[in-house]
Amino acid sequence: MAKNTNSTSYEFYKQKNKEEMKYQLITFALMIIFTLVAFGMVIAEYNPMFTIPVIILLACVQVGFQLYYFMHMSHKGHGLPALFLYSGIFVALLTVLAMVTIVWW
Amino acid sequence: MSSDQLQRLKPGQSPHEPEKATLEGKNKFLGFWFFLGGETVLFASLFGTYLALNGPESNTSGPGPAELFGLELVFIMTVILLTSSLTSVYAIYHMKNLDFGKMQLWLGITVALGLTFLGLEIYEFYEYIMHEEHTFTSDAFGSAFYALVGFHGGHVLFGLLWIVTLMVRNSKRGLNLYNAPKYYIASLYWHFIDVVWVFIFTVVYLMGKLGG
Amino acid sequence: MSTATAQKKGFGATLWDYLTTVDHKKIAILYLVAGGIFFLAGGLEAMLIRIQLAVPDNDFVSAGLYNQLITMHGTTMIFLAAMPLIFALMNIAVPLQIGARDVAFPFLNSLGFWLFFFGGVLLNVSWFTGGAPDAGWTAYAPLSTTSPGHGVDYYVMGLQISGAGTLIGGINFLVTIVNMRAPGMTYMRMPLFTWTAFVTSVLILFAFPALTVGLFLMMFDRMFGANFFDPQMGGNHVIWEHLFWIFGHPEVYILVLPIFGLFSDIISTFSKKRLFGYSAMVFAVVLIGFLGFMVWAHHMFTTGLGPVANSIFAIATMAIAVPTGIKIFNWIFTMWGGSIRMTTPMLWTVAFIPSFTLGGFGGVMLAAAAADYQYHDTYFVVAHFHYVIVGGVVFGVFAGLHYWWPKFFGTMLSEKLGKLAFWPFFVGFHLTFFIQHFLGLMGMPRRYWKFLPNQDLDLGNLVSTIGAFLMAIGAVIFLINVIVTSVKGEKVSGDPWDGRTLEWSIPSPPPFYNFTQTPLVRGLDPLWIEKRQGNGKMTPAEPLGDIHMPNNSFIPFVMSLGLFIAGFGFIYQVDDKNWLIVGIAGMLITLGSMFVRSVKDDLGYHIHKEDLEKGAGSE
Repeated sequence: MAKNTNSTSYEFYKQKNKEEMKYQLITFALMIIFTLVAFGMVIAEYNPMFTIPVIILLACVQVGFQLYYFMHMSHKGHGLPALFLYSGIFVALLTVLAMVTIVWW
Repeated sequence: MSSDQLQRLKPGQSPHEPEKATLEGKNKFLGFWFFLGGETVLFASLFGTYLALNGPESNTSGPGPAELFGLELVFIMTVILLTSSLTSVYAIYHMKNLDFGKMQLWLGITVALGLTFLGLEIYEFYEYIMHEEHTFTSDAFGSAFYALVGFHGGHVLFGLLWIVTLMVRNSKRGLNLYNAPKYYIASLYWHFIDVVWVFIFTVVYLMGKLGG
Repeated sequence: MSTATAQKKGFGATLWDYLTTVDHKKIAILYLVAGGIFFLAGGLEAMLIRIQLAVPDNDFVSAGLYNQLITMHGTTMIFLAAMPLIFALMNIAVPLQIGARDVAFPFLNSLGFWLFFFGGVLLNVSWFTGGAPDAGWTAYAPLSTTSPGHGVDYYVMGLQISGAGTLIGGINFLVTIVNMRAPGMTYMRMPLFTWTAFVTSVLILFAFPALTVGLFLMMFDRMFGANFFDPQMGGNHVIWEHLFWIFGHPEVYILVLPIFGLFSDIISTFSKKRLFGYSAMVFAVVLIGFLGFMVWAHHMFTTGLGPVANSIFAIATMAIAVPTGIKIFNWIFTMWGGSIRMTTPMLWTVAFIPSFTLGGFGGVMLAAAAADYQYHDTYFVVAHFHYVIVGGVVFGVFAGLHYWWPKFFGTMLSEKLGKLAFWPFFVGFHLTFFIQHFLGLMGMPRRYWKFLPNQDLDLGNLVSTIGAFLMAIGAVIFLINVIVTSVKGEKVSGDPWDGRTLEWSIPSPPPFYNFTQTPLVRGLDPLWIEKRQGNGKMTPAEPLGDIHMPNNSFIPFVMSLGLFIAGFGFIYQVDDKNWLIVGIAGMLITLGSMFVRSVKDDLGYHIHKEDLEKGAGSE
């Protein structure tokens, strides 16, 4: 990684970081809203057959926000981290699937 | 190369991604992401165990999930942990701008929020154990609940100790190429804890309340 | 540290050097020695088992001791012998093969070793404290949760500690292979051994956490009153089986894949041919690794998962035969038309192909879920997994040790003794295990302490025991070979086998910084390319310059020692809560060393260019 010691590049990246921070704040707001919706749906006692898939979906989207914005997985140089994380998620899904289907019979 | 790493980085200079400016930093970054991939399986195994053991047949004594959980406390805990995730994003934002003071400040806020979360969790467990007869040994449901949520709590505690150690160790000498990767991966760890919590409040508490 | 001080060192200094080393080549030697000792212990247990089963109705060992022997034989051989021996080979070869001066995390590499070592010692201490674990290496609940005494507690703590070490080692290799490759060493130019080490490390990363959780649950059940596996309290023991095999099935690929890789390298070297179907081989390895995660329930066909689950897992299992078949054919095609040299490593390799294929046949038979109801828990299963693990992993470790011995120690194992060790081991192996297929089909159950006379099982068991003795003779000859070679101490050149890959471009043993100048890689089998198209030497990719090296550290040892002490505390707090103090003290030692590691800067040091020019540092 080349060392950019001149201050123009510093200002450039500072500006860039600032713009990114705006997205982080939007992300955060959405996450809070999703959390509110999920809790609200449970408190409102809708049909669980409807509520459960929706709150799981909301959780997955929130996790996506965390990964791609808060943990910067959308930046370049994150190809391998993403590959390994998704491989982990794949094994994780198999594990959970087995535990909820074939443990009791 | 090596002793240069200890030179203090100041605003207005040097690399824009200090956490990945050295080979050691790149290795730490990649290795830690891989580790998080493994942690995913670790928590999946605990989630799987919990999902297998949260039914009525595993709840041989004490109250079940629907009677046990109160959503107010969990909601507060969730918001606190989500906020702490945002504050650690701010810390890394200031790290990228090489502003050490602000980074430490935001990390301090993160730690304070983390401690609050942990305190509330301990209070929650205390209530369950003392007033609800829902303990680690009362039945398989209890074991599975405390194993999953407790493992997460243990991760929170470890993350707090880690961040505090980093803050105290480097408070005098500021940010440099040697400690920037350490700060960065500590923040990744903190976000990952939050990721796990998102599933815990959904799968354990909300779905528990629904009886599903 | 860098120059002549490394010469004549006393015993104390050498010991201290090994206790604190972060050099991957020395860690490889540590893995080799520790794994070798555990291999001998596991072998001794195997011999006792076979003596007990030599004749019907034998009383050589008691039933309880027999249970401990089979449990410890399996656990030791998998976790404490096969794993570290493979780590020894990976440590010695992978950084050299990719042209790296070091691994990505030298400190963690050392920590991984010491965790494994202390975990293994903890497990074996159980022999002297009132009985080893006795619930089988799979430790199925409720047998394991109700087993009296502390044997299974040792199993839980020992495997937990050594498992953490393995996970750390795996991450280290992943990052090393991704980040530390020399210029020009693209992924598709990596030697097959490095590729398989990579895929194996991926499997370690995703499989070991399941074992970690399983062991935690077992620990909570046995030592802290939890109810995960207790049906009376709402628990379910099938959870253990799943967690164990979600880890356990990838584990067998963790063991065998690096062996596939090293056989590929050996076949290519000793046939003087480029590996046939290199990209297909890489693809097959990745595919085996991928499928390896979707087959674990074939160990549980008789658990009662239902016909749908059984069918899915049966088909997935059979699918693995396809990539494995690709590999078998590619090895044969590599040899086809090559100018083959039957050296000792090649001999083991050629013996491996049919032996492992037989194991694979047994595997496909077992994969048929309906038929498995007949084979399950019989000697057919025992025969099958010994065919793949001995015929694959042990043959491979012998081949790899002969092949890379110059890189470990700078000497060559005797070819004559090497071949002399091979034949009794090879013959003995087939004698021991081939007949066990038939014993199994005749209905002899595994793990039984004795069998009765006149049930047509006498002859088969006797033959099997005779075979085991032949294997022991082979192993002893190998040990004699090691001793003779070290006493003679004849140094060899850097490239005694006329090799093709980067590890043969540097002296044997390599200097501690491996490459004076990082080599430039121009293609697959880089050294061979230079031999054919260049001047036989690697072109440097950089001018001679200072080399940065990591500092030695004693912290990994202390960190692991802390967990070792904590292990005793947790085991014995069941009897007396005061032992919890020991547990906490041990944990504090570990956390304290982590703290010290965290606050103390460790920047490493430089070997200066001038010292390199003087040819310094060659120990």
